[in-house]
Amino acid sequence: MKIEINHGRVIDPKHGLDRVTSLYVADGAVAAIGAAPSGFRADRAIDARGMVVCPGLIDLSARLREPGFEYKATLESEMQAAVAGGVTSLACPPDTDPPLDEPGLVQMLKHRARSLNQAHVYPIGALTVGLQGVELTEMGELAEAGCVAFSHAEAPLTDTGVLLRAMQYAATFGHRVWLRAQDAHLGKGGVAHDGEVSTRLGLPAIPAAAETIALASILALVRSTGVRVHICRLSTAEGVAMLRAAKEDGLPVTCDVAVHHLHLCDVDIGWFDPQCRLIPPLRGTRDRAALRAGLADGTIDLACSDHTPVDDDGKQVPFGEAEPGATGLELLLPLTLKWAQEDGIALPEALARITAQPAAVLGSNAGHLGVAAAADICIFDPARYWRVEPSALKSQGKNTPFVGLEVCGKVLTTIVAGQVVYETPAPAAP
Amino acid sequence: MRNPQLNAAGDLTHLLTLEGLPAEIILRVLDTAVPFASIAEREVKKVPLLRGRSVFNLFFENSTRTRTTFEIAAKRLSADVINLNIGVSSTSKGETLLDTVDNLVAMNADMFVVRHAQSGAPHLIAAHLNRMGRTHVHVVNAGDGRHAHPTQGLLDLFTIRHYKKDFRNLVVAIVGDVLHSRVARSLIHGLTTLGTPEVRVIGPKTLIPTAVSSLGVRVHHDMREGLAGCDVVVMLRLQSERMRGALLPSTGEYFKHYGLTGEKLAVAKGDAIVMHPGPMNRGVEIESAVADGERSVILPQVTFGIAVRMAVLSIVAGA
Repeated sequence: MKIEINHGRVIDPKHGLDRVTSLYVADGAVAAIGAAPSGFRADRAIDARGMVVCPGLIDLSARLREPGFEYKATLESEMQAAVAGGVTSLACPPDTDPPLDEPGLVQMLKHRARSLNQAHVYPIGALTVGLQGVELTEMGELAEAGCVAFSHAEAPLTDTGVLLRAMQYAATFGHRVWLRAQDAHLGKGGVAHDGEVSTRLGLPAIPAAAETIALASILALVRSTGVRVHICRLSTAEGVAMLRAAKEDGLPVTCDVAVHHLHLCDVDIGWFDPQCRLIPPLRGTRDRAALRAGLADGTIDLACSDHTPVDDDGKQVPFGEAEPGATGLELLLPLTLKWAQEDGIALPEALARITAQPAAVLGSNAGHLGVAAAADICIFDPARYWRVEPSALKSQGKNTPFVGLEVCGKVLTTIVAGQVVYETPAPAAP
Repeated sequence: MRNPQLNAAGDLTHLLTLEGLPAEIILRVLDTAVPFASIAEREVKKVPLLRGRSVFNLFFENSTRTRTTFEIAAKRLSADVINLNIGVSSTSKGETLLDTVDNLVAMNADMFVVRHAQSGAPHLIAAHLNRMGRTHVHVVNAGDGRHAHPTQGLLDLFTIRHYKKDFRNLVVAIVGDVLHSRVARSLIHGLTTLGTPEVRVIGPKTLIPTAVSSLGVRVHHDMREGLAGCDVVVMLRLQSERMRGALLPSTGEYFKHYGLTGEKLAVAKGDAIVMHPGPMNRGVEIESAVADGERSVILPQVTFGIAVRMAVLSIVAGA
């Protein structure tokens, strides 16, 4: 299939490309930008006038809920959600049931995902067997099966001895380790940020120190082992400052923030809105400002959706009993654009944080539009508003704090490996 | 965001928390409770305000006193009272909170008096009823997690007004486990709304919430300093599971620092009253001589509690 995408604003953050031109796809790869290769005859022409043509988005945290939680979401529904959100590559955390701690499970997931022929799935392997924090997994075997990194998801790794060994072992073979900074004890049982809102509402609290203590341990161990660590879902201003200092010291660390945390804070919990029950918890306005600034200045490398489909049964309960998480794949683009627009960030800069930057953390050759690169492409209308409604979401998880919000930026076409995998139906003529 | 306990006309349709409630509504409850307090002294202790209405006491957490006083209050208003002690067992049977509520609504419940271990559970129920268009069904919070216990707050306010008349020149000290206390939170909101110039909380740092000063109170860790010049002393109950462990080393040490004794009370004003929401732990947060002493208004609080709950039920029901 040969495709030509005409007259769009082609933005490729990795190569500093931003101009209105045409892009040609052949044999699953980018064939040329600007002038058509000689003899190019398109099977399909897409008129992208007024649209942005960029690399397909890369989301470093999307729970697909398979295996184990199919009643919350299935691979089919979530892969559709991904491409509807312009996401062509996604990394999924190992906290499935059973956890991704065996090559067979990883191969099965990769196989199921491949057969759907939609977004590329990059499984993250479990760092320890059963995420129990005791024995290391067979990282070599898991990597061969397709794991691109190893993490402990949300399971606490209480034993720093095991963490050190895991990092040393991973460093030996050049594996990447992804960790969320959370102390196993501090904030245990907590459901909201320790601040004015949790005080008022009487919600068990999670202090900022639960993140910073764990972050300090991780950074100290990175210093001694030299392992490349990616910090997932930073949530506090203090955490951002620590990461900034660690990067200035030259430590091999990267980090991300969930898009929710760029826009919401604990005040949004209002009168116990279970939609705002998230992990890490929504923190204060000062934290939110620091996260936004950190993403702008590069301290935080990228934004992810932290997509976690939760069914209504998980949310129609009191706040403290609500299942944490929100659907996000289809909101990654508009919520990133919203941040960029509000903070005066140029569009290519914003797109870098959901394309080239996450690709670098993944160690993948995706996320750019260089000639001969895989044709994973997102075409979106940067000026089209749409309202976040459960019926507008493909994900089986309809729960998000953003329901009812009018957002800007609508994905029109998603191309994976040169195939059109998603197209927004044209709006009915007025 | 509209206050979820008021309807579009600004009437109190659920009582969920005292936070954000207009002073006029709080005062209306207190004023309505005054004649109800005298009903208790009559031979026939009943008025027909809620005749034919069904009040469901929906207690997901154990309680004797609060449930009983709500039951008495509803019966004195001539309502039919159904007590459901659901405990934790129903959740293990798989029925969700809202399923339980829907079933009881199908039995034509007019009002739910809800106690739940989770902060915000009554809000969830009220929001659900509103969403389903069941605006004729009312929710009264009888204590949710650490969040609120508005009828206790109102009866505390009633008691304070009974003895001190005016809130606008009072110093009120709340002593003990503020962190886990819904009683403290509700009383703080009520007092600040009614213009109490100084509300203090007294306790060790382990039992005081991080951002408590944002509620408009002053924090004291030294009890004598905190009680100096007080008009009202409110002692909080210390739950037995919190008496030993990481929050407190022992009841003995707690009593030494924060137990109310005659000697500590001496630094308060000469006519200061002593309150306690009950049940008391004698010798832990309060010594018997003070609990039973002439400054204690702990038993009148219980009596007033019935009148205040009658006022709440009748106002919320629009009777």
